[in-house]
Amino acid sequence: MRNFVRFIAAAALTVAGATGALAQAKEWKEIRIGTEGAYPPYNNLNAKKELEGFEIDYGNLLCEKMKVKCTWVVQDWDGIIPALQANKYDVIFAGMNATEERRKQVDFTAVYSKTPIWMIGPKSTKSDDISPAALKGKSIGAQGSTIHANYVEKFYKDSTARLYPTQEEANLDLLNGRLDYIVADALALADFLKGQGKDCCRKIAEVKRDDAIHGAGVAGAVRKSDTALRDMISKAIAETMADGSHKKLEDKWFKYE
Amino acid sequence: MNWCEYPGSWIGSEVLQNYGCRMASGLWVTFELVAVSVAIGFALALGLSVARLYGPRWARPAITGYTTFLRGTPLLCQLFLVYYGLGQFRVFWQDVGLWWFFREPFYCAVFTFTLNTAAYQAEILRGAIQSIPRGQFEGALSLGLHRWATLRLVVLPQAMILALRPLGNELIVMIKSSAIVSLVTLFDLMGATRLAFARSFDLSIYLYAALIYLVLVEIIRRVWDRLELRLSRHLALR
Amino acid sequence: MFDKIALLGFGPGGWGLALLQGAANTISVALATLPFGLALGLVIALWKRSDKVVLRAAATIYTTVFRGVPELLTLYIIYFGIQVLLQKVWTGFSIPPFVAGMVALGLVLAAFSSEVWVGALNSIQRGQREAASALGLSKAQAFRLVVFPQLIRVALPGLGNNWMVLLKETSLISVITLQDIMFIATRANVVTKEPFLFFGSAMLLYFFFSLVSAWGIGKLEQRTHRGYAAFGGATR
Repeated sequence: MRNFVRFIAAAALTVAGATGALAQAKEWKEIRIGTEGAYPPYNNLNAKKELEGFEIDYGNLLCEKMKVKCTWVVQDWDGIIPALQANKYDVIFAGMNATEERRKQVDFTAVYSKTPIWMIGPKSTKSDDISPAALKGKSIGAQGSTIHANYVEKFYKDSTARLYPTQEEANLDLLNGRLDYIVADALALADFLKGQGKDCCRKIAEVKRDDAIHGAGVAGAVRKSDTALRDMISKAIAETMADGSHKKLEDKWFKYE
Repeated sequence: MNWCEYPGSWIGSEVLQNYGCRMASGLWVTFELVAVSVAIGFALALGLSVARLYGPRWARPAITGYTTFLRGTPLLCQLFLVYYGLGQFRVFWQDVGLWWFFREPFYCAVFTFTLNTAAYQAEILRGAIQSIPRGQFEGALSLGLHRWATLRLVVLPQAMILALRPLGNELIVMIKSSAIVSLVTLFDLMGATRLAFARSFDLSIYLYAALIYLVLVEIIRRVWDRLELRLSRHLALR
Repeated sequence: MFDKIALLGFGPGGWGLALLQGAANTISVALATLPFGLALGLVIALWKRSDKVVLRAAATIYTTVFRGVPELLTLYIIYFGIQVLLQKVWTGFSIPPFVAGMVALGLVLAAFSSEVWVGALNSIQRGQREAASALGLSKAQAFRLVVFPQLIRVALPGLGNNWMVLLKETSLISVITLQDIMFIATRANVVTKEPFLFFGSAMLLYFFFSLVSAWGIGKLEQRTHRGYAAFGGATR
């Protein structure tokens, strides 16, 4: 028992020492990147439990440009910002939109992705009108804790908003006939309409972006005190936009069809 | 201002004021769900325990299989299978006239929770009944009591003393497990709290939620202490 | 249908190995937590029945707090909160997720198991302790030789339930980056879009653990019931 306690103490100290070394590297030779690993095509885990996706490739590309060593940390979505603030990693690349609300807690780098937002529904839906008046009394599904959920709750007050923990569950309920519409990222929905939703559903319309709710686009989140890191990453983002490497990755991972 | 916004404004907490109404309706969802499912579950568990004692021989392995499966698999997976899995058979349910039940997340949740808590409670009751010495049953038999009277007058009063605290545990576990219903778009107290945090990033909302849970548990503890005193009033001072 | 089974396999694109690793994480956290939680629970239970008011009050507060506060919050407080506090003193300190999970789940298990222990302690007649003291046994000896064997017989079903709940509760550790069964199942679902396959597999894995646990607890129950004529079946 005593040896067990000693072992745990030693392990804790070793980890503390290692991360201590990282935290002191204010010249940013090494960066820990936090991601969720559950949001394809931005980031997901493959069967070998390795991270893959647009953001993984893009993050590694940025690290090359900045000439730093990067390690990736997987963290569940709910705790992703608290973990950043608790210094578990230094930047978040997790398909996170830079909204005003989030800006109160963290700082954002330059935007590196901005995808359209779609509303889809069953093939039998008669009209393509998605104004709040037309959708009165209907049930609209969205993924909870996302900008889409905020959007539905703010603009579609006369409809029933149904919030799901992941996009997959919302898709399942649309297939099961419990929902009339779904609002989500075009990429995720295009994937659904090509696969499971091929026979049942269609795209109804594109949703107009509202800057207050949807924010400027997907960007990296850093702690408010790390302004140097933020600027370094933004500079690297600008470089990749200029030399075409960003577009190459986008074409590889973002398939709308 | 709504009635549910008052506590927030009295304390002066902005986040509680903004999300107090969601938390209140979340608390109501928790209460409804747990009260209904634990009550029906208890009745079901009693029935299962009686069947295990006095029922046909095939009942015992069947009930053990049921409790092992429902205790042995996560409630989250059970709820998922009932709501999303059974929901795939919409046409069947519409034909049978039960789609109104399986379409609604609340009914699916009550259904799943009832089955789950009945399994745990059945195990608790089994353990309690088995701890009663055989002499009690033999004594009742020799007094000419039939099965139902034995149960009601001899076995269950003693079993309930032993079962009481584990059953209290189970009630509290169910209250906290109701957080799972966010899987099926229902928002209980914990779900409302997580939503409030995701929007406001104010950690204090978790503190208020914890306080509400603590009040609930404290109430249950006091009720349980009373129950225990009443049930064991015939025993000498321990 | 068979290509779906391949998703569970061990070939390329097969999540079988990941699921098994998740299962290993689940069971190791649960096993590490168990002795810590049960022992602490017994101590709390003894405090609840002690003569000193301070101990009784402390035990009651502990039980109320750790049964009442949702485990997720306890986990967050230990993983994030304590780290933030300690980083003020010792920068770069980082609690390993396994330890945080073990401590948080252990504290909660102690609260729940203390209730089971108290119920069991209450069932032991005062006469037993009086007889032990009449025999000249010290309090510690009395506990070890007389009380505990009777205690464990009554407490075992309730503690068995606590273990079953603990096994499922380990799924919470996914929020602090420990990759358990549910974590892998949800990630696999997101990539392959086969929820029933992966949640079904997760269910089977948990069910397997529970079957083994139920068998083990059953054996323990048989052993503690040695010498007792318990009523398990029907008499007409």
